[in-house]
Amino acid sequence: MKILVCISHVPDTTSKINFTEGDTKFDTNGVQFVINPNDEFGLTRAMWFKEKQGANITVVNVGGVETEPTLRKALAIGADAAIRVNTVATDGFSVAKQLANVVNDGGYDLVIAGRESIDYNGGMVPGMLAALTNANFVNNCINIEIDGNSVSATREIDGGKETVSTSLPLVIGGQKGLVNESDLRIPNMRGIMMARKKPLTVVEPVASNTETTSVKFEKPAPKGTVTLVSPDNLDELVSLLHNEAKVI
Amino acid sequence: MSVLVYTESEQGTLKKGAFEVASYAKAVASQLETTVTAVAINANNTSALGNYGVDKVLNVTNTQLETFNAKGYASVIKQVAENESANIIIVSSSADSKYLAPLLAVGLQAGYASNVIEAPTNTSPFTIKRTAFTNKAFEMIQINTDTKIIGVSNNSFGLVETTGNASAEEFSANIPDLGVQVKSTDKVTDKVTIADADIVVSGGRGLKGPENWGMIEELANVLGAATACSKPVSDLGWRPHGEHVGQTGKPVASNLYIAIGISGAIQHLAGINASKVKVVINTDAEAPFFKAADYGVVGDAFEVVPQLIEKLKAFKAQQ
Ligand SMILES: Cc1cc2nc3c(=O)[nH]c(=O)nc-3n(C[C@H](O)[C@H](O)[C@H](O)COP(=O)(O)OP(=O)(O)OC[C@H]3O[C@@H](n4cnc5c(N)ncnc54)[C@H](O)[C@@H]3O)c2cc1C
Ligand SMILES: Nc1ncnc2c1ncn2[C@@H]1O[C@H](COP(=O)(O)O)[C@@H](O)[C@H]1O
Repeated sequence: MKILVCISHVPDTTSKINFTEGDTKFDTNGVQFVINPNDEFGLTRAMWFKEKQGANITVVNVGGVETEPTLRKALAIGADAAIRVNTVATDGFSVAKQLANVVNDGGYDLVIAGRESIDYNGGMVPGMLAALTNANFVNNCINIEIDGNSVSATREIDGGKETVSTSLPLVIGGQKGLVNESDLRIPNMRGIMMARKKPLTVVEPVASNTETTSVKFEKPAPKGTVTLVSPDNLDELVSLLHNEAKVI
Repeated sequence: MSVLVYTESEQGTLKKGAFEVASYAKAVASQLETTVTAVAINANNTSALGNYGVDKVLNVTNTQLETFNAKGYASVIKQVAENESANIIIVSSSADSKYLAPLLAVGLQAGYASNVIEAPTNTSPFTIKRTAFTNKAFEMIQINTDTKIIGVSNNSFGLVETTGNASAEEFSANIPDLGVQVKSTDKVTDKVTIADADIVVSGGRGLKGPENWGMIEELANVLGAATACSKPVSDLGWRPHGEHVGQTGKPVASNLYIAIGISGAIQHLAGINASKVKVVINTDAEAPFFKAADYGVVGDAFEVVPQLIEKLKAFKAQQ
């Protein structure tokens, strides 16, 4: 089985978010970049398939040369090969278009992407990729089992979960649950050494149009200070929530 | 050329979110001086949509679509959009709508903006405000394509009532090969979901163990709220994963979020910051949550929560 894991390169979850160039660009100064958490769960599930059922794993990112350390980390975790599509990601559609080209070239059976990236939060790349490559699609995927061509997958729905059956080729939008938190792997020395020898291929982008353009960023207005209520005076809390905040 | 809105239903009944997206669609239609058409799938009674600005409802009744299927639903909405020559399509931010919207976007060659929190600031160029960086920032984006899809963030626009009548018609659509079949569903039906809830009561590691969740559920019950938890609580197996909220869990955009025994780590706050009013109950006055909250009680949850339940019961009885 050939698996492609889409890796988005995102600011670490503890990052302070700032903007430059008149609030039009994300300020990467001092920001640590990581594998998007949803993609890390997906990559770990891909490793499970590799170890239990036999699979070849390629990781892919659409981005500039600065994303290569993130791809190397994925190789150190255990992916076999990496591809970087050499263009700066502009919007979800253009990323999906580049990824579709990689998928069509490589003939992957299973494509694992994340439910959403924690920076752009578009939640659109996996679905668009599935539509562009005519693959089946399961979003918010928290479990996947594969037997030959048949797939059983579980997805989170509002208020519960749902188990579905489908078949390869398939794209999933994965998230926590695909593997346990404790199964996530930190690359070890041997993995890091081996990753240096694994292929990281840079491919040039295909023509694509940008459907949406980012114009400007804004930060939320600073919050006022908290109103403290004494634990002996909870009537006041009820009254504040009713009369002031008007939420009960 | 009317604005098209997909109004979701559950077991034939329109969801609350359907009225919010209808309200949003009405606002866009007013800006463009046009009407609102809704598309509903297997909905029994859609007349109430008239009170939120919908002029016409096209209902698709089809047994193949009894359970949600992203590809099937996206295809139906696409057929309606083409039939109505609609070039603006509004959907919600429910798990189902977020599942189908990217498929619809490719099908209609439409630009799609998700997590939108306001009516468009401009219709030419078409500019809207969305959240990004898990609520740590807002982003203004332009949609450049002729056809546009807007995913409205839950609870961001609210319900706007008007008076009007929604005429209803049946629309017959072709169903494509669905590709994905539902085998079983495991869903609590008697509880408010985090996505739909006006109020969310959330517990953290400060509650010490799963056996102490009785008071959290009782508080939620009194308030008609959904229950949620921090990430370690679900990782420890104290609560189901579906209750985990935050940057890597479910987003919360409720009117009121009550955090009990939760420290307020940046990854937790990011996912719940879209909530309008935040209350924290924590023994540690230095816990970071106090910087993010509107109201706070420095105290032991095991004393404060039972008392708060009593006070709220008394308050509700008075109402
Ligand atoms: C990549 C990444 C992603 C993450 N994503 C998320 C996420 O999506 N959501 C999330 O929640 N976390 C997330 N985290 C974890 C986050 O960093 C924190 O570890 C977590 O939120 C802490 O949970 P907590 O507040 O329940 O527990 P703790 O930090 O242990 O806090 C417990 C709190 O309870 C208080 N307390 C103790 N006893 C009592 C009592 N009797 N009464 C009242 N208060 C009491 C304590 O003072 C303390 O403030 C993520 C972390 C990483 C690295
Ligand atoms: N630039 C990118 N390169 C590779 N994969 C990406 C990229 N952007 C997004 N993805 C994938 O798509 C998922 C959802 O991203 P998004 O649609 O931006 O929320 C991510 O979790 C990744 O798996």
